[in-house]
Amino acid sequence: MIDRATIEAHGLTPDEYERVLDILGRAPNLLELGIFSVMWSEHCSYKSSRLHLKKLPTVGPRVLQGPGENAGAVDIGDNLAAVFKIESHNHPSFIEPYQGAATGVGGIIRDIFTMGARPIALLDSLRFGPLESPHTRQLVEGVVSGIAGYGNSIGIPTVGGEIGFDESYAGNPLVNVFCLGVAKIDELIMGRAEGAENSVYYVGAKTGRDGIHGATMASAEFDESSAEKRPNVQVGDPFMEKLLLEACLEVMQTDALIGIQDMGAAGLTCSTCEMGARGSVGIEIDVNEVPQREEGMSPYEIMLSESQERMLFVVRRGHEQEVEDIFEKWDLHAVRIGKVTNDGMLRVRDQSVQVAEIPNKALADEGPVYDRAFSEPDDLAERQLLDLSLLTTRHSTLETFKKLLASPQLASKRWVYRQYDHMVRTNSLVLAGMGAGVVRIKETDRALAFSVDGNGRYCYLDPYLGAMLAVCESARNVVCVGALPIGATNCLNFGNPERPEIMWQFKRAVEGISEACRALDIPVTGGNVSLYNETDGGAIHPTPVLGVVGLIEDGNRVVSRVFQNKDSVVVLLGELNVALGGSEYLKMVHGLLRGKPPSLDLDNERNLHQLLIGAVADSMIESAHDCSEGGIAVTLAECCFDSGGIGVNVSLQQRDIGEQAALNVAATLFGEVSSCVVVSLQEEVLSEFLLRASAAGVPARVIGATGGDRCHIKVDDRTEIDLPITEAEQIWSSGFSKHFEG
Amino acid sequence: MSKKKFAIVVFPGSNCDHDVYYAVKYVMGHDAHFVWHKDTSLKGSDAVVLPGGFSYGDYLRSGSIAKFSPIMRSVSEFASAGRPVIGVCNGFQILLEAGLLPGGMRRNQHLKFICEYVTVRVEATDTPFTCNANVGQTLRLPIAHGDGNYYADRETVDELEHNRQIIFRYTTSAGELNDAANVNGSTAAIAGICNKKRNVIGLMPHPERACEMVLGSEDGRIILDSVVTSLES
Repeated sequence: MIDRATIEAHGLTPDEYERVLDILGRAPNLLELGIFSVMWSEHCSYKSSRLHLKKLPTVGPRVLQGPGENAGAVDIGDNLAAVFKIESHNHPSFIEPYQGAATGVGGIIRDIFTMGARPIALLDSLRFGPLESPHTRQLVEGVVSGIAGYGNSIGIPTVGGEIGFDESYAGNPLVNVFCLGVAKIDELIMGRAEGAENSVYYVGAKTGRDGIHGATMASAEFDESSAEKRPNVQVGDPFMEKLLLEACLEVMQTDALIGIQDMGAAGLTCSTCEMGARGSVGIEIDVNEVPQREEGMSPYEIMLSESQERMLFVVRRGHEQEVEDIFEKWDLHAVRIGKVTNDGMLRVRDQSVQVAEIPNKALADEGPVYDRAFSEPDDLAERQLLDLSLLTTRHSTLETFKKLLASPQLASKRWVYRQYDHMVRTNSLVLAGMGAGVVRIKETDRALAFSVDGNGRYCYLDPYLGAMLAVCESARNVVCVGALPIGATNCLNFGNPERPEIMWQFKRAVEGISEACRALDIPVTGGNVSLYNETDGGAIHPTPVLGVVGLIEDGNRVVSRVFQNKDSVVVLLGELNVALGGSEYLKMVHGLLRGKPPSLDLDNERNLHQLLIGAVADSMIESAHDCSEGGIAVTLAECCFDSGGIGVNVSLQQRDIGEQAALNVAATLFGEVSSCVVVSLQEEVLSEFLLRASAAGVPARVIGATGGDRCHIKVDDRTEIDLPITEAEQIWSSGFSKHFEG
Repeated sequence: MSKKKFAIVVFPGSNCDHDVYYAVKYVMGHDAHFVWHKDTSLKGSDAVVLPGGFSYGDYLRSGSIAKFSPIMRSVSEFASAGRPVIGVCNGFQILLEAGLLPGGMRRNQHLKFICEYVTVRVEATDTPFTCNANVGQTLRLPIAHGDGNYYADRETVDELEHNRQIIFRYTTSAGELNDAANVNGSTAAIAGICNKKRNVIGLMPHPERACEMVLGSEDGRIILDSVVTSLES
């Protein structure tokens, strides 16, 4: 019997339940209620975000598949498509870090290969609380080893990513995983069921009781009892997935397959009704045929289980044996659990008894959509106010520099990426930690570059500008290795959308992403929304993470952040319009998160991209590194690191932001900027490069040269930083890893 | 020089099989073909490669299930006939488990998976895998493993030393032994060994990942080219 408490326990509002009654024309049974509950959860239905996501630019000449499928796809030439997507696994990773992160990796990989693409690269964007907390360190250890455990085993290189720290993530870490695969365009496969009487197959791991209502869990806030939700987290088996991956790619080479979908969130329920809805057909399955890991599972448990490494196939009638044989070869069992019908219904039977009957479209497409109330936070003006006269500079410039190099936010992440196999498949042209990930496409001369970026602090201060800056930074990172940005995917991590100030953050961030992506001609081909990232009422900083994919025409011509030669000229591209708002300097040295993020001019950003892509393609520059957190001083130091000890001598003009001389120096060196890149090049090509920069409308200034064995930076002819590279590199190398030693 | 035929054995969970294939076929220009672990024939191959990966998920001891695959009987016979067999990473672990090489693998000493370039020193060149190298030569090769901490008891290590079966050791880039260079904590800094007959080798570093300068090193070619040289002579 369905009573109010049961409805509430399923996370459905009274209005939503009314709607269920309207659709069915009767009261649902418990299984049907469970099915509605997961499909209409925030996680599956995007009910709070859908209206706003429509603003994103999703089309372009290269776009083959925009949002709405398992993953997006863009044309990269030679009949090849790059298939990619980013997804969050935040909630499970907090509850059970190893399995939460591992299954996040497993899930996004399945989204890619269900499109017919072989996955070739993984990246991660992670956020945690400060490393001083033992619990946080435990979470970091667990998440990193979970990502490593899954990715390494399945043999897909984790070629890059980012990791950041802030108090706001202490109770809500973020684990966003990006995967990219390559497919032949004419072999792309969709998650669509078609043709009555075609067979519906279940393939992969058996169904257990793990992860029941995971999607509903991901749509609620956390409180003290969250640890009790551990049984809701699924357990990953990368070996099973490796077999599935190879077997699926083999089946896709036959004519047997009509459509395929991963059983991810909401498991069998989601895969059946979404495939049926996309093809405007019905699907009828018998849960009794579903392979089960445990005894006595009810239809409710079978339909809602989120056991990992399972797929749903629609196979052309008459080709069943062909498919079964391929899976048999891989020691996997493909089981026929039902068929496609004409009537648009999801019909679930338990042997001869019908246990659920719901229109597919009602579940997949006609879920509730909310235009939730939004309003600017009351304290926004206060947040954006930064009174410079209150900032006292107690440390010397050199001390501050060392402090920043040692900050976990900026320090080397070798401890992390050393645990990831970032070289398997022998395509990695830029190794982890050296810049954007770059993976060659062996069949061609081309390569793809990827970067995932987001800055929650900027977005806390100004979600619109912060989101634009995230798009620009991610795009700039792929541009710095020489790639043309051709597509983006986003992972939108926010708090509870039922609070108007959170909804306002969300709305403004989506508008910012739209604006920047339109200006830079980067279509958004899909992504993921993760809401309710709150613990005991405290929300995370709004954290839209952008994953930008770039195309490199000649994979032999890529550059990294690292200086290559002594006596190269060092040029700063862009204007050093520094801001202290939201900077690592302000946080680290003054303990403040205030002010306005760096200003941005999208035309300047676009010009900078065009200049850099051409300069790398023509082998004019030897290295390129984006100025981001920590300011230009940290950027210059990072260009020296991993170079085998090449130093740098530069001279900068002071940027005055206020009255205090010492603060102006600090702002010049450590203030953050947009649209600035440090490049190194040979003297011979300098004049041509400067001409090109001028023609492109990009400010370009020679600021010094590489050489020596020190990082030597002058401001207005005064030496402010002078440190041996070996010492600087030692500080930077241990800043993160020291928290995990002993 | 005629093309040599390399068999690459594919176990469920192998994930460096494609990399070996690419290096042999497209970089070196020889014939490469995959042999499924359920097969029983090596199809007239000149050399056998057991590639890296996580055979059967390596949920039990690494390589301990793969040794039961049907193809392993043929691999043993191939080895007994004195023909070249090379096991890389998980392939090395499988050779240990199958008893084709002595010793075993433990978890890396700091318990973490390690993926990075290391330096190994060539200790002997009278094998089909190092005949193009010089004794004492250092090679820059990537490693990527969680269980690469080679272990053998004192007696076995003495015997390996005595028979000059230690083929590669982890060293500094200058070719010196020290604790920091021995990244996974292996006994006697062992990165690779051969059998008494010297035709079966196992090593943890990945030569197939270091066959092109665009990837950072060509030193892996020295090992794979040695196989071709030895087959020619």
